[in-house]
Amino acid sequence: MRVAKISARAWLPIPPAIIAPLFPIVLLALWSVSARFGWLPPQILPSPGEVWAALLDMAHSGDLAGNAGISLLRVVEGFAAGSVLGLLLGVAMGLSPKTEDYVKPLFTAFAQVPTLGWIPFLMLLVGIGEPLKVLVIAKAAFVPVTLNTLAGIRAVPPMYREVGALFRFSRWQLLRKVVLPAAVPPIFTGLRYGLTHAWNALVAVELLASAEGLGYLLVWGRQMFWLDTMMAAMLIIGIVGFTLDRIMAAVEARLQRWRLA
Amino acid sequence: MTRHLRGAVLPMLLLATWEAASRAHLVDPRLVPSPELVAYTAFDQVVHEGLLRNLAASLLRDVAGFTLGSSLGVMIGTVLGLSRIADRLFMPSFNGLRQIAILAWIPLISIWFGEGEAAKVVFIMAAALIPVVLNTHEGMCGASAKLVDVARTLTFTRWQLVTKLYLPSALPSIATGVHLALIYAWVASIGSEYFMTVGPGIGGLIIAGRERFQMDLVILGILILGLVGFLINRGASAVEARLLRWRDT
Repeated sequence: MRVAKISARAWLPIPPAIIAPLFPIVLLALWSVSARFGWLPPQILPSPGEVWAALLDMAHSGDLAGNAGISLLRVVEGFAAGSVLGLLLGVAMGLSPKTEDYVKPLFTAFAQVPTLGWIPFLMLLVGIGEPLKVLVIAKAAFVPVTLNTLAGIRAVPPMYREVGALFRFSRWQLLRKVVLPAAVPPIFTGLRYGLTHAWNALVAVELLASAEGLGYLLVWGRQMFWLDTMMAAMLIIGIVGFTLDRIMAAVEARLQRWRLA
Repeated sequence: MTRHLRGAVLPMLLLATWEAASRAHLVDPRLVPSPELVAYTAFDQVVHEGLLRNLAASLLRDVAGFTLGSSLGVMIGTVLGLSRIADRLFMPSFNGLRQIAILAWIPLISIWFGEGEAAKVVFIMAAALIPVVLNTHEGMCGASAKLVDVARTLTFTRWQLVTKLYLPSALPSIATGVHLALIYAWVASIGSEYFMTVGPGIGGLIIAGRERFQMDLVILGILILGLVGFLINRGASAVEARLLRWRDT
């Protein structure tokens, strides 16, 4: 690593903060030039200016805030339901191997079918209203949260339990003071995955069955052949997804801190 | 043995409840068709409706997109992992683009590439590409600095350095990426058929079942979807374990 670093410094006197935006800038410039000279028709590739204008337009008309708000609310509801269930099932299986024996095979079969597969099934069962969205998002969050909670509890070093036993902790004390705190970091990793899955599931369900939300903006843009609206919606989907993950990452880093001490 | 017996209890109960509920007409048969009906639909689909042709179409797409995506992914990941300049130039953009949920690309891809086979394969390719690039990149960067020092002392050429050191040491990581790509590509195959509903496929079958309100068809599709995903995952794990046997444990 040391060798590589020195040679890199010799090759690259420019700091990475300047290099990183170079490619997007060139790409954006090329995109603008191509739009300017009409290399591609605007129905295939609108200019960056048009995408920006569409974004501002949606922001001013309130479409953006309205649809993003609806999407976020769905994700929060579904994620809350799915992760609470996932935590409960994960803890139950983690503490009792017997429960795991009973539940795990059915759970695995359930998890084997991707969220995308459950959407048409649930559409027939519960229709295409709000419950559909919440159920689909909850399923997406439920699976990784359950698996990581189970793994996190199993990974608690036996030493910790032994110390707890030495202090003659009751079962409840052992759980509350030893097992759960030690399992918090991996459990939180599961929650973070769960939120990512929940966001992806939201996009899927809004593309398939919705009349509002960020995913619906994509469908709408496609029907109207408004590529600028579509690209603006993609941008927002990316930014919101990224922000949600960053928030979870920050909390995760904070929760990991005590481990170093 | 008891473990397996215990594991069978809940699925058996579920099946029994399903059967009993549909026998006793406790549920709307359109919402919850009987297990026999699903079995009959499976038989009917295989014999009369060309279920195997649909399955083959989906798998073919899956394989095409996966092969393109993962080989391209290994190449991109290798370049990004070995060249600091490429890494700094392109990695931030790549990381930025992959923040967009993969399904959100479907409307754009369908406008650029139509609704046919090409668009589907492009989408599956993109889904397979991302994990392979990330894991190859990570594997390359994780090569032991000590080994690199040794190789330099032995005056390895650039080519030798890549083929004898970086690629072998990145192999476990690449295998992880390819394994993920296999799973993503299968889900993406179904996703592409949901949204670009031209041509045969299992995804198309499920969507048709939903549109015609044929729950038996939807359940059959879901079962196939899960089963194929399971087999792909199992197969990949077996191959991975065999390929990486040389690693000391």
